[in-house]
Amino acid sequence: MKQEIALNINGDTYELLVSPNQTLLEVLRDNLGLMGTKRGCDLGACGACTVLLKGEAYLSCLMLAMDAVDKEIVTIEGLGGRGNLDPLQSAFVEQGALQCGFCTPGMILTAKAMLSEEDHPTEDIIKKRMAGNLCRCTGYKKVIEALQSVSEQTAEEE
Amino acid sequence: MERELTVVGNRMPMLDAAAKAKGTAQFIDDLVLPGMLHGKILRSPLPHAKILHIDTSKAEKLSGVKGVMTGTDIPDRKYGIVPKAKDEYALAKTKVRYIGDEVAAVCAVDPEIAEEALELIKVDYEELPAVFDPMEAIKEGAPLVHADVQKNISASIRKEFGDVEKAFGESDFIFEDTFYSQAVNHAPLEPHGALAQYDPKGELTIWSSTQIPFFLRRNLSTTLLVPESKLRVIKPKVGGGFGQKVDMFAKDFCACWFAMNIGRPVKFIYDREEVFIGTRQRHPVYLSVKTGLNKEGNILAQQFKAYADGGAYNSTAPVMITLMGFFLMIPYKVPNLLHEGYHVYTNKPVGGAMRGHGIPQARFAVERQLDMIAERMDLDPGEIRIRNSIHAGEPHPAKFVINTCGFVDTVKKAAEGIGWAQKRGKLPFGRGVGMAGGSFPSGVSNMSHISSGAVVQLGREGAVNVLTGAADIGQGAETVIGQIVAEELGVLLEDVRVTAADTGITPLDPGTFGSGVTVRAGNAARLAAISVKNKLFEIVSEKLEASVDDLVAEKRKIYVKGSPDKGMTLSDALKAYQYGDHPMPIVGRGSWMAPTTEPTTLLKENGNFAPNYSFMTQAAEVEVDPQTGRVKLLKMAAAHDCGKMINPLLVEGQLEGSVVGGMGQALYEDVIVEKGQVMNPSFLDYGFPTAMEMPEIEAIEVETIDPLGPFGAKEAGEGTQVSPAPAIVNAIYDAIGIDFMEMPVTPEKILKALEEKKK
Repeated sequence: MKQEIALNINGDTYELLVSPNQTLLEVLRDNLGLMGTKRGCDLGACGACTVLLKGEAYLSCLMLAMDAVDKEIVTIEGLGGRGNLDPLQSAFVEQGALQCGFCTPGMILTAKAMLSEEDHPTEDIIKKRMAGNLCRCTGYKKVIEALQSVSEQTAEEE
Repeated sequence: MERELTVVGNRMPMLDAAAKAKGTAQFIDDLVLPGMLHGKILRSPLPHAKILHIDTSKAEKLSGVKGVMTGTDIPDRKYGIVPKAKDEYALAKTKVRYIGDEVAAVCAVDPEIAEEALELIKVDYEELPAVFDPMEAIKEGAPLVHADVQKNISASIRKEFGDVEKAFGESDFIFEDTFYSQAVNHAPLEPHGALAQYDPKGELTIWSSTQIPFFLRRNLSTTLLVPESKLRVIKPKVGGGFGQKVDMFAKDFCACWFAMNIGRPVKFIYDREEVFIGTRQRHPVYLSVKTGLNKEGNILAQQFKAYADGGAYNSTAPVMITLMGFFLMIPYKVPNLLHEGYHVYTNKPVGGAMRGHGIPQARFAVERQLDMIAERMDLDPGEIRIRNSIHAGEPHPAKFVINTCGFVDTVKKAAEGIGWAQKRGKLPFGRGVGMAGGSFPSGVSNMSHISSGAVVQLGREGAVNVLTGAADIGQGAETVIGQIVAEELGVLLEDVRVTAADTGITPLDPGTFGSGVTVRAGNAARLAAISVKNKLFEIVSEKLEASVDDLVAEKRKIYVKGSPDKGMTLSDALKAYQYGDHPMPIVGRGSWMAPTTEPTTLLKENGNFAPNYSFMTQAAEVEVDPQTGRVKLLKMAAAHDCGKMINPLLVEGQLEGSVVGGMGQALYEDVIVEKGQVMNPSFLDYGFPTAMEMPEIEAIEVETIDPLGPFGAKEAGEGTQVSPAPAIVNAIYDAIGIDFMEMPVTPEKILKALEEKKK
């Protein structure tokens, strides 16, 4: 039986009728058209479907939509201001930390969660925290460099 | 150019980078059309079987199902990427040849119903004996994967340059070694998909995750029996391809078929397991190399034999085994070469083009053996490579025309980057350095008539629209083409919009393969831009009272060479053009094909293969843990001659991705198949490198200015992938003194070899 739920996504509330077995990924993409969240493996192995729940990174393909009720959800569409890029997004763009771009939304959101928890992550910490987000194009080097530059920038501002 | 470059040569983000970072870039699965249906494919559970009967009646009756199709419904037209090697139906007609072969397709109002319907299709099979190893498959009496292909050898080549027998007779040393290069999956992050829509007028539009829209159009046309003029292939953003998205697949055909027959849009998206099992992989190859040298270490002759495990179908078979042989002739001078290559069918997943396309396997064997030879002859591995390098302008044994060659410099600089002189043979047990060389063609010039077209439009406000057929699959082709056009027209990159890869709008282009895009499509776009510029210059020359030949366009200005003050803005020039009653926009056309003697004759007589050739050396430092057998790649110094770099940021990206990909092949990745069943068809089980494994990477540029490349450019996409794996395996030898002859070099193999060495 489908059930009525309300999800808070990128600051907006959506009232939805979902099946108990529907994943958050399916609801985001198929019900709401929030296509920035990518389906790479549907098995929790690639990180392309990463979203933020209360600021923490979650794999939306492994999470039931019903379990996301009452948790502020941020998808890639919720990052950055109107027409603007978040500093992390800018760093990915400017420093060539993306190629095909399919893993990029997930990468950026995982990085966002990490940088909100870690003030000055070392390269080792960055590598560990990003290890769940697979990329077949970049070889990760520029991704890590982009994250380091944002973390340094934030440190300077503080 | 009469001035400094202002756009070409700059580190610039991709034109679509912001859209990708914002999540608004649209990939195939992000496209939704009103009334769209969802398709799924039923695949064979058996490696080899006759299809006796298929009962689809229950599936058809399931509520929500809108269509079911099987091989009996479709025209008797085989397809394949190589015209002479077509051997595949979108859905099997009478026989399945591997676990994963497509048997039936369903479309329904949602993907779950389509899945459910697949389970209701009943297929009666008569299982046939199967064969899983190419060396078994070529034996007399082995099961035949395709009844009409004897010994399962579907493509073969025997090509000799010079006189190999004589040269071996004159050699002071002869070495013969055998190697094995494993199956690797491309594993692009985006799974394959297609979405087709049919217009009642008879026009079919398909969006597909393809690398080669125009070839896909041709394959769809010949199998669906729809004229190419009624077929429009559009490539949305493609989430990586690496060669895996070169072929047509069942999803393309079936989406079109259902759309035509049902009248509603139909989308197919493969799941990750289907990508691993039912698309393409790097061919596993058994290789043997016999090399004859003189006392000084100069190669006199090489005899190369390769048996490629092609799996159940041909895909690029004849091309792959040909490339493998021809590119043994670079970067080393091999005055006499005999190449024998065989593509062998087995009841396994299908081999296809993958970054380097046959050449990485060959390079693994040759580069490994060169190190072994150096050791046996007491030569330095760097020295033996330098000694045998080909050079620009020298006569080439296969008649390749090498206009620029930075190979020797790449050896020296990679060695310097890794600290070769201080480290090779001098590090403590468990640490080592190794190197490998390589070279790659920038697209092929001979063998086929391959040309690329472009149209450039310059509008009233100075905005530029480039129409190109080139297929950007994430490497940044559109950005590189945009930079080339901006440079030539003297505008900024932000003034340029690139409209690409839509067979209904853009000019013909072969697509993304063979590392030919920058040179081929880049030259075409440049010519189109020059044509626009010339039209504008004619008007400007009258206004400025200067000769057309003396004009320069730069940063939205046109001026007389040497006198920047004597000029006008592009905006004023365009006004003058328009007020002179000339039609707007100004349109220029360009078309480019590599210069070639007589195409298609390369197998019979020697000649040049590519417009130009990139050269590279990669040097690795590794650490081997003798307790666990684990290898850590500490650093890769990669020196690369890719001509003039149009965009160094993107070149580095190619290089870094290749290093990590090559590390995966050398150490981790292997598509494990048991009795035809892929045992690790998921990211979790397959395990390609993550950020954790990323080594330090030093990209070293060795710039040459090639006369045929646009602004001197050569390829930078695939060549980067040929040498990382052998460099790593060579470094493992330096670390622990063991020669590994097959990949991947797993901890199990290391521990076993260390154990045996003790005895």
